[in-house]
Amino acid sequence: MSTETLEKPKEAVKLPVEELFSKRRKKLITDPLGEDNPITVQVLGICSALAITIKMEPTLIMSIAVVFVVVFSNLIISLMRNIIPSRVRIIVQLAVVATLVTLVSEVLKAYSYEMYKVLGAFVGLIITNCIVMGRLEAFAMGNKPYDSILDGLGSGFGYAWIILVVAFFRELFGSGSIFDIKIYDWIANNLGFHIQTNGLMVDSIGAFMILGIIIWIQRSKSGYVEN
Amino acid sequence: MELISIGIKSIFIENMIFAYFLGMCSFLAVSKKVSTAVGLGMAVIFVLSITVPINWLIQEYVLKEGALAWLGAGFTDINLEFLQFIMFIAIIAAMVQLVEMIVEKMSPALYGSLGIFLPLIAVNCSILGGSLFMVQRDYTLSEATVYGFGSGIGWMLAIVALAAIREKLKYSNVPDGLKGLGITMLITGLMGIAFKSFIGIAI
Repeated sequence: MSTETLEKPKEAVKLPVEELFSKRRKKLITDPLGEDNPITVQVLGICSALAITIKMEPTLIMSIAVVFVVVFSNLIISLMRNIIPSRVRIIVQLAVVATLVTLVSEVLKAYSYEMYKVLGAFVGLIITNCIVMGRLEAFAMGNKPYDSILDGLGSGFGYAWIILVVAFFRELFGSGSIFDIKIYDWIANNLGFHIQTNGLMVDSIGAFMILGIIIWIQRSKSGYVEN
Repeated sequence: MELISIGIKSIFIENMIFAYFLGMCSFLAVSKKVSTAVGLGMAVIFVLSITVPINWLIQEYVLKEGALAWLGAGFTDINLEFLQFIMFIAIIAAMVQLVEMIVEKMSPALYGSLGIFLPLIAVNCSILGGSLFMVQRDYTLSEATVYGFGSGIGWMLAIVALAAIREKLKYSNVPDGLKGLGITMLITGLMGIAFKSFIGIAI
């Protein structure tokens, strides 16, 4: 009799423990990469980041910064979710995000001052990036820390690959290079024909067009139709 | 003269949306009807023209290197610039709250039409962007005020124009995958080309 009562709670504890990478958790990461992408499907976070997609390098730095901020703000808010009064939650969220962004900006200023100058005000604008606030509000406020980290990683990477693709085409067509390696010049020197770069791509207009086309391709593949 | 030039520049040439992509989230989400677009646009003008000068004062008298000199000789070499983001966003959030309360008290009719949008504005990138650009460009107080107001007008112009186009768009036959966000992006690009024609205008 006594052994039974001892064993029972053990089972009850064992049951809810999930695998480290269970199916549900894998979905948290993979969904935002494709069918639930923050940019192309949920229309979040287009705000500041497109402005820096002229070149690949600043885009990469920006992606890393955003992934960092999303993951850690998700974690922190998720840890605090039970003690935040719901009336002031927006301010608390903003304060957490602003602190993390300040950290990113100080690190950039210290170790890569050139990049800091290129990105300028746009690092600060990560604070108001709708993906960060959106994930905090929709996920971290109601889920456990570990799940929130995974969700942050998923959303961050889903965002990163889209802006990297946009930056790839903008730099290739606009400046004729990739990561500052001059592809067009190489073609002109070795293959003997000259390709004109497209000034529209360097401009913000190019980003709108390329993003529009990426959205078109992705949605016709997934069959998602907006009403 | 300088002020007019800054105003024109912030409305047309350095338009928040077409040149810097700021405030895109609400720009895309709230541009389905002209009337709501006008409401949000008004709120953005309102908040931008208040927060940019206030943040200028904060930057000048609290955050900048040596800005605290007015407190006494011991404070001259304090540099609080690393607190910029937190201060600015706190000011913006507080201002939005304050504006909301004042508008509710003074003009219930205006509150009725703006009310839903005001809380949204705290996380609109164009508001924080306005303050950050103002610091980057070393504006004076009057320049900063004109810049804030002009940026707001430019933002409203863009969202109202897009909303008008999208209202007409309902009757056209758009490919399935391009419906909604896709076609809106392409239209924004085309509108951006139109705004590019203002480049080179100098007053």
